[in-house]
Amino acid sequence: HLTVTEPVAILKADEVWGALRGLETFSQLVHEDDYGRFHINASEIDDFPRFAHRGILLDTSRHYLPLKSILTNLDAMAFNKFNVLHWHIVDDQSFPYQSIYFPELSDKGAYSYNHVYTPTDVHLVIEYARLRGIRVIPEFDTPGHTQSWGKGKKDLLTPCYNGEQPTGSFGPVNPILNTTYDFMTKFFKEISSVFPDAYIHLGGDEVDFNCWKSNPEVKKFMKKRGFGFDYAKLESYYIQKILDIVSSYNKRYMVWQEVFDNKAQLKPDTVVEVWMGNNYVHELSSVTGAGFTAILAAPWYLDYISYGQDWKKYYSVEPLKFPGSEEQKKLLIGGEACLWGEFVDATNITPRLWYKLFLSLYFRRRWSSRNVTNLQDAYNRLTNHRCRMLR
Amino acid sequence: GLETFSQLVGRDENGTYYINKTEIVDFPRFPHRGLLLDTSRHYLPLRAILETLDVMAYNKFNVFHWHIVDDPSFPYESLTFPELSKQGAFNAMTHVYTASDVQTVIEYARLRGIRVVAEFDTPGHTLSWGPGAPGLLTPCYLGKEPSGSYGPINPILNSTYQFVTSLFKEVSTVFPDFFLHLGGDEVDFTCWKSNPKINAFMKEMGFGEDYKKLESFYIQRLLDIVSSLGKGYIVWQEVFDNGVKVRPDTIIHVWKENSTPYMEEMGNVTRAGYRALLSAPWYLNRISYGQDWIAAYQVEPLEFEGSPEQKERVIGGEACMWGEYVDVTNLAPRLWPRAGAVAERLWSNKTVRDLQDAYMRLAEFRCRLLGRGVPAQPLYIGYCDNEFGG
Repeated sequence: HLTVTEPVAILKADEVWGALRGLETFSQLVHEDDYGRFHINASEIDDFPRFAHRGILLDTSRHYLPLKSILTNLDAMAFNKFNVLHWHIVDDQSFPYQSIYFPELSDKGAYSYNHVYTPTDVHLVIEYARLRGIRVIPEFDTPGHTQSWGKGKKDLLTPCYNGEQPTGSFGPVNPILNTTYDFMTKFFKEISSVFPDAYIHLGGDEVDFNCWKSNPEVKKFMKKRGFGFDYAKLESYYIQKILDIVSSYNKRYMVWQEVFDNKAQLKPDTVVEVWMGNNYVHELSSVTGAGFTAILAAPWYLDYISYGQDWKKYYSVEPLKFPGSEEQKKLLIGGEACLWGEFVDATNITPRLWYKLFLSLYFRRRWSSRNVTNLQDAYNRLTNHRCRMLR
Repeated sequence: GLETFSQLVGRDENGTYYINKTEIVDFPRFPHRGLLLDTSRHYLPLRAILETLDVMAYNKFNVFHWHIVDDPSFPYESLTFPELSKQGAFNAMTHVYTASDVQTVIEYARLRGIRVVAEFDTPGHTLSWGPGAPGLLTPCYLGKEPSGSYGPINPILNSTYQFVTSLFKEVSTVFPDFFLHLGGDEVDFTCWKSNPKINAFMKEMGFGEDYKKLESFYIQRLLDIVSSLGKGYIVWQEVFDNGVKVRPDTIIHVWKENSTPYMEEMGNVTRAGYRALLSAPWYLNRISYGQDWIAAYQVEPLEFEGSPEQKERVIGGEACMWGEYVDVTNLAPRLWPRAGAVAERLWSNKTVRDLQDAYMRLAEFRCRLLGRGVPAQPLYIGYCDNEFGG
């Protein structure tokens, strides 16, 4: 609650995080006149977010993002009242996370020694974010999206076969070996202590079954377990074990929607991230209908650039417009704008993110009440905010 | 050649610079290799223009097509008509190009072997001219009364031609290149049609209902004025499409992708005996997801039915970065390295088309640009050895 009068302004909030947001609002009320004097109008503002989880996904595997980029974006996030950084830190193409227990992972898997996040770097990001009221949720996506992990840990990925012979290439994490789970147990112990947030994102998306299908040992395992030819069952078997490992460290987890779609057994406090574009509305109903918490990313893939004022389509999304009861709708706790890194690095991330990230809109959709929808008004406020961010 | 030489220099693991023994004979395929910047939709500070000229030189571009004014703003500070920018610029103090700024651009470009071709687009695209030149634009009518809004330049008044003569006299002196770009695109006839004095003029001249004839009437006189000032001119394709009588040495700039397929237009223009510039497939402002440099690279400018003489009349092309969604905050990553695909298409031999090879060279060139301090965006997943202290 912000009251601006003479001679003081008073800001009251239940927690320090609210105070941070209120200070941001206060800063946006200040304007400059033609003589360069700063003014603020007498005001009374009562504000609170509509959704609790307002996130940005950054991908530092397809292109490494230098610390400076990440920190600048954390600042910009704070200006826009975002409160979660979903750090998609590793993926197929590179492994920049310098692990304490397994230094070979980044030694062999990062693009180069200059494309690494040391423990100090990671702590800096976490603390910088914390001071701005931003949670850092790391994502260590498995069993797919893990090509770069195999460079530093030879026996981790599944060897693919052509008939009887290994082809020399590798697929997802090998779900049938004990060594896999020994590794994951140790690895996630480290992650759980490095990242203080209650949640870790475990990925679980886009697992390509072809390599598993080609591997004779995997096929034997499928038979032994009675999974038949349903590799989704093998995927779930793997995920299950990872979820249990992570739970044992008292962490909760977020997963991409496939983990839910493929019927893995999830703990009740799992957060399911809905990302697939076609018919996400239906998916939201399914996920919340099954009693799980959901966050929405599907309509907010900012990496899908196009010509013109695309902010409008991001703004027009109404997250709660899906078939479901009141209780179900309560389970949608927010969303994330995703800036995947295939075509993005430090040279273009800021204009691309914050140009569209006029998500303050989309974000505003998550902060503001359902009634704030007028596009013309949004355009005016956005343009002002954009000029403010330039400064 | 010095640019080529600079690109041959490599660095080994010890940090030592080296160059391989080499023999290269090189020359451009097309003489006109241009880049268009739009400083009306968004003002571009001088440093943005100068940096762009540097990178153009790295890419062997040799023409800077300066689309300096348009509907939204008039940043060009005219000595003859100071009110134009005073009333027409976004901000007459901070969003203008002074005479000194303009000379800086021209000289900076010259030292890099880049011609500056200025475009003062008329009779359409001139809304910003109105406030500083009352009486210049056509008042639109709603029935018998003026509506309060304005349209293209008023082609029926003598004062218009006096103004145009004075302005272009100045522009011809300020910009030393032989060519001026006179625009002539997208003239909306609605306002002219609504104005009773113009209707009367149409009748008097026997133009009937064909407003293209009125447009031609204006353009004709403009071209004569500019010729008498000793300049040659480039015009957008509508001038040709609308049957305006132009001098044989006119250059027609083909830009439309929607109506006639642009290759067909290239054939038509060159068959009629005019020289042509291609921009239609090279509108770099039209961004899309993915590796859109590929489509730009695969264009073959001479892929139309025509005689060898016709093909000779294609003197080159221009990559265009229109400014509706572009200003200094995103200009460089949006231009580079994508414009490099166009630069190679215009310089290199027709047979240089292999995509894998081009990708590798363009990706390496992009890393080199990073090393030179240019925030060129990535082509695809990967990294540069020289970034972040490497």
